[in-house]
Amino acid sequence: MSATPAEKVSVKNLRFFYGQNLALKGINLPLYDRKVTAFIGPSGCGKSTLLRVLNRMYDLYPKQRAEGEVLLDGENILGPEQDLNLLRARIGMVFQKPTPFPMSIYENIAFGIRLYENLPRSEMDDRVEAALRGAALWDEVKNKLGASGLSLSGGQQQRLCIARSVAVKPDVILFDEPCSALDPISTAKIEELIDELKAHYTIAIVTHNMQQAARVSDYTAFMYLGELIEFDETDRIFTAPKQRATQDYITGRFG
Amino acid sequence: MKDVSKYRVRARSSSIWMALSVAATALGLGMLALILGSLFWNGFTSLSPRVFTEMTPPPGSAGGLLNAIVGSLMMTALGVLVGAPLGIMAGTWLAEYSAGSRLASVVRFINDILLSAPSIVIGLFIYTVAVAPIGRFSGIAGALALAVIVIPVTLRTTEDMLRLVPTALREAAYALGMPRSLVIRKVIYSAAKSGIVTGVLLAVARISGETAPLLFTALNNQFFSWDMTRPVANLPYVIFQFASSPYKDAQSLAWAGAIIITMTVLALSVTARSLSGSRNS
Repeated sequence: MSATPAEKVSVKNLRFFYGQNLALKGINLPLYDRKVTAFIGPSGCGKSTLLRVLNRMYDLYPKQRAEGEVLLDGENILGPEQDLNLLRARIGMVFQKPTPFPMSIYENIAFGIRLYENLPRSEMDDRVEAALRGAALWDEVKNKLGASGLSLSGGQQQRLCIARSVAVKPDVILFDEPCSALDPISTAKIEELIDELKAHYTIAIVTHNMQQAARVSDYTAFMYLGELIEFDETDRIFTAPKQRATQDYITGRFG
Repeated sequence: MKDVSKYRVRARSSSIWMALSVAATALGLGMLALILGSLFWNGFTSLSPRVFTEMTPPPGSAGGLLNAIVGSLMMTALGVLVGAPLGIMAGTWLAEYSAGSRLASVVRFINDILLSAPSIVIGLFIYTVAVAPIGRFSGIAGALALAVIVIPVTLRTTEDMLRLVPTALREAAYALGMPRSLVIRKVIYSAAKSGIVTGVLLAVARISGETAPLLFTALNNQFFSWDMTRPVANLPYVIFQFASSPYKDAQSLAWAGAIIITMTVLALSVTARSLSGSRNS
């Protein structure tokens, strides 16, 4: 690959606690600008935890706590003065299970936009359409924008959630096992989508699927028991890993 | 050959318990059927257009229940209008804001007591704070007493329903950068809407038949009145009064009133049931 791109997010010496329990033991890692970084590792290794630190989702739970630094464009987002709503508008997240809001397809998208912008109806229509096109869902729903978001299939719901995240124009999008509840065809669509989205967004994806990591990501981080074992370009992780543990995991010898 | 004696004993005890369970169910359903049956048998002939168009009559003459029906509707409506928002807001606080606070368990405990408090005690309480100081019975006092009954019911159902909203949906809303109040009002409420409405309907069903809280508060009124600052006629009280009257006309009106209340409660329960059913589908 060519020269190293800029660091959009830098994780520095990050330690994370669930109560007394140390779940991340000093993680150092970059997320490169407009690249896809995959997090792999066995269950409980801390990859989802790491993702939930990046948008400070853990703040919803009083017993969870992070130490260290996470820099977004050079600014530490773990500081107490960080406004969480503004942060989450900049760092979007798509979850394991599709989570459409119990409202119409149109409102699912428009609702997020309205949080930060006052748009006239026609512009809002354009934004909703653009977001749905961006998530490759427009053709399937353009005639039923007033229908409930819950009436869509699982794969469509997940693309609606991606459209919803994209619509608020974040800098970074976090995907937490976005395909684990989907069938192979929907999975392929989401992977295609991630590939298109990286032209505009910095992306982090947690996945249990090695092939998926290899297909969609530019960089891969292998984590084990709360530690970052290896971080490198995806090609190198999957062809010539430096660590024995990485090699064993991706070849299916443990995990 | 397998020894089946132990199995035989078990099968026999199973059928005995089964028979007892069926008998208990039959007893319960039978009681209900008897109550509804006698209500319809005696009450149906008492129902006539006059019931809905004429006032409660003086002893010994014919009349209707219009003033009592309107009074009951007004007090039930006001009671729900006052009680339901308080219950919903308190339930929201318990479910969404009170995590880890000791006050929450205190509130929950007190609410459970209030939920099972005898309604006559609630009537006496409102009498002490809203009737005695002012010096007269009033529809407002009656509605307040009903509101005190509505609060714990809606509080409990609201909290339960909000807790059923999946964590993933909450997190998804926060992940968009939505402030907490909006997450609750726009996302969580709409996810729990049918459950909360069901709670309110059940509360309405509960208070529409309450007599005791009205005895010391709204009292009764022989005449038609929109004035909620004065005594207001209401169905439960009229039923109580007319059912113990020696006059045939009055007794017949009491049956009519009983049928009206029962049908209202039945309709509310069926609506609530179908609402909560549609939530699960």
